[in-house]
Amino acid sequence: MKIGVFICHCGSNIAGTVDTAQVARTALEFPDVAFATDTMYACSEPGQEAIVQAIKDHGLDGVVVSSCTPLMHEPTFRRTVERAGLNRFMFEMANIREHVSWIGKDTEANTRKAAELTRMAVEKLRRNMPLFAKQFEVNKRVLVVGGGVAGIQAALDCADGGREVVLVERESTIGGKMAKLDKTFPTVDCSSCVLGPKMVDVAQHPKITVHALSEIEDVKGFVGNFEIAIRRKAAYVDWAKCTGCGLCMEKCPSRKSLDRFNEGVGTTTAINIPFPQAIPKKAVIDPAFCLKLTKDKCGVCAKICPTQAIDFKQQEALFTEQVGAVIAATGYDLFDISKYGEYGAGKLPDVITGLQYERLLSASGPTGGHVQRPSDGREPKTVVFVQCVGSRDKSVDRPYCSGFCCMYTAKQVILTRDHIPDSTSYVFYMDIRAPGKMYDEFTRRAMEEYGARYVRGRVAMIYPKGDKYVVRGADTLMGTQVEVEADLVVLAAGAEASQGAGKLAEKLRISYDKYGFFLESHPKLRPVETNTAGVYLAGSCQGPKDIPASVAQGSAAAAKVLALFSKDKLENDPMIAAVDIRRCVGCGKCIQVCPFKAIKEVDFRGEPKAEVIETVCQGCGLCTATCPQGAIQLAHFTDNQILAEVNALCLA
Amino acid sequence: MSTYAYYPGCSGLGTSREYDTSTRAVCRALGLTLADIPDWSCCGSTPAHTVDHTLSSALAARNLAQAEDLDASALITPCPSCLTNLKMAVHRMRDRDFRDRVNKLLDRPVRRDLPVKSVLQVLVEDVGPEELASRLPDKPLAGLKLAPYYGCIMNRPPEVMQFDDPEHPTAMDRLMLALGADVVPFPLKVECCGASFGVPRKDITARLSGKLLETAMDLGAHAMVTACPLCQMNLDLRQDQAASALGRKFQMPVFYYTQLMAVALRLPQNVIGLNKLCVSPHIAFAAMRKARAEAGRRDPSFSEEVA
Repeated sequence: MKIGVFICHCGSNIAGTVDTAQVARTALEFPDVAFATDTMYACSEPGQEAIVQAIKDHGLDGVVVSSCTPLMHEPTFRRTVERAGLNRFMFEMANIREHVSWIGKDTEANTRKAAELTRMAVEKLRRNMPLFAKQFEVNKRVLVVGGGVAGIQAALDCADGGREVVLVERESTIGGKMAKLDKTFPTVDCSSCVLGPKMVDVAQHPKITVHALSEIEDVKGFVGNFEIAIRRKAAYVDWAKCTGCGLCMEKCPSRKSLDRFNEGVGTTTAINIPFPQAIPKKAVIDPAFCLKLTKDKCGVCAKICPTQAIDFKQQEALFTEQVGAVIAATGYDLFDISKYGEYGAGKLPDVITGLQYERLLSASGPTGGHVQRPSDGREPKTVVFVQCVGSRDKSVDRPYCSGFCCMYTAKQVILTRDHIPDSTSYVFYMDIRAPGKMYDEFTRRAMEEYGARYVRGRVAMIYPKGDKYVVRGADTLMGTQVEVEADLVVLAAGAEASQGAGKLAEKLRISYDKYGFFLESHPKLRPVETNTAGVYLAGSCQGPKDIPASVAQGSAAAAKVLALFSKDKLENDPMIAAVDIRRCVGCGKCIQVCPFKAIKEVDFRGEPKAEVIETVCQGCGLCTATCPQGAIQLAHFTDNQILAEVNALCLA
Repeated sequence: MSTYAYYPGCSGLGTSREYDTSTRAVCRALGLTLADIPDWSCCGSTPAHTVDHTLSSALAARNLAQAEDLDASALITPCPSCLTNLKMAVHRMRDRDFRDRVNKLLDRPVRRDLPVKSVLQVLVEDVGPEELASRLPDKPLAGLKLAPYYGCIMNRPPEVMQFDDPEHPTAMDRLMLALGADVVPFPLKVECCGASFGVPRKDITARLSGKLLETAMDLGAHAMVTACPLCQMNLDLRQDQAASALGRKFQMPVFYYTQLMAVALRLPQNVIGLNKLCVSPHIAFAAMRKARAEAGRRDPSFSEEVA
């Protein structure tokens, strides 16, 4: 075997603390190495050409590149060796940047370690075999999880691209948080006027199927061939018959039901359609408040429904959908403000969240767009806004910035002045973060044209005094303590991961951070991909985002799906497990540990044996580590290859 | 029940004698055994820790060492200021170097890690409001509206005190509710009363204490209830100063919570020491009886008890 070794400088990234020429000279002494050199940037075009040329000139059978992490450039170099006529698996990479030059300053020690890592790669490559991918069919339907604005955009773009879309939404209507907003920044245009038509497009698009009131139960399969189990909760209304006429809402006597769409500001009926523009516009019964379901009384809705759609015995249903790709767009939840006991949040009726205030501002809200205090319905004259409630605060384990609260607070300040011209607004803030297009101009307008009094400092406590609320905080620019007597206090609650996000991530086998936000594949270069092939991200499920960013990500995720679906067949990864049937004793331990259910028991001449289902195996290697006989081996990571690497290191 | 090493603190022998006697009586009535720490000395109070942390901790730690022979499960004190000094000493002595420095100053080094707690914590955690309520089925304080005031240091800093919510404590609220009293949602539970500024700048103390009294009054409280000798003194003794600072008239009795527990448990008058209070406590009890009478008119089942 003839091996070529290339030691990359990565500019000064590696060459700064590693003597790359010395590593190349050392590599020439390793077994089977026929050629070794250092190179300025192995990944650059001339760098890659030099590798191709060396393969041809020296008749190389395999190549080692010692450079950066394989996460970034292993696919690059595999394509390079393939261009020169080698099998792409006759290539190994040693990471002498992240593992050597970036973490140590001692050139001599670094050079030695770089040479040792290179020797490991050579020893592994000596045992590599050419591997060949198999092709499989792609199901060109896509599942979108979450019907907020990001999911809606992703669904529409995929459907317009000609693909069938399954949109699953947990609530009874799509629209998400955006549907609850009154106006949007920085244009102050009506939120439902821009979102409404998109929701109608979703409903009317022949390629989109909406499953509302449904959640993902289970995910099986892999890119191109997912099988999604979906659980549809009981609506107690047959949606095939419901016309959305709303007669049931008029007659329902249980009028003190929690109004989830209005964020608990005001109440609704036990049977309700959340808002007039709901998609699908179907009634749902809240079983916690329905008199029929709680006390077996009433049943008025069933009597008056013109289409006999009410079904108190409706059960939840489980069904499956076959798709080839998944876009997660599960959005965010608001931080629970009651964690700030000192703000009286959750106890004082007129201390509310920004989203509750949106409902008070909205013409379709519980007050018809008249700003009224929840406690007594009085119009507030002094409104205090408190920013960063559940953002940038380590004490509540929310050290991150939620990003959009500075902007929505500025918008609410402007709207407050529009609704109540003789009102005064105070905003307690830490910094103003307004880096978007026309954003800073917008916050300045709130201060300069709308007379909002911005106070830089945190609020220490809020307590009732008579029918007002004393908001005490610091003015850190003046260096004084400030007390404002407010009629209404609006807390700019930050964003946190949607409830149940972690569980969904585990079903989709994608990573999430400690706060529950889904992890993208690369923070800069792969922002909507995940580390699981065929699963993409859009919107706030990846981190707090405003509407433009969510829409952009929705479209980006759709573009990724359309690119994936542009191929009729996909190639599997040949680095999967295989059973040596002669050594297998049929103990079944591998079947127990496999997280992908990729191993099954088969009968071989009357004896049980394990067999790997090639299309399902993800090559994680759990079975190979478990097998007591060493009968299961992972291609490209066999025991022999790994031991050769260990020996190379120990003998060095 | 186990024995507690009891540290009364200097005010317990002087300005807050009624806090000390009512605390001892309540503990005895509820089956808690208190053992006085032999030859206890000053905890260092406010001045010591402003000068030197090691010396201040040594003052407090001497009492921990003195308590070691008592075979107690914890050292307890009614006074939040003593509690802070004792707990802070324990907290700082978790650092080995600091502990060595402190022990070097002491004739008898601290060997055990005796837990330090407030009497309030022991009453809430080792007896509990439920047990208390079950002993008092007749709700002896029904009708009395109280504003519980904890002061600034009973629960703070939280990493040292490790008891109750640092901003919204409820321990005393729960005890008072167990006695049958009403508790108003007093928002200034942990605000500063002015503390020892009453000596150099009584105007500050008058203003701060006045705000507490004013808020309690506006919430309709019949009385305030405290757990701190200094807070009690500022609110009770300086009520006239607070009144002139705010231009309002106050007649707000200020109890120690142990006094009200002793009243509810029907302990002897001489240990409750209601006669030691400046603002007559009878105003509060009169308001309580009036409230009960009114409640009795609305609900006849209540009237028997008033009689």
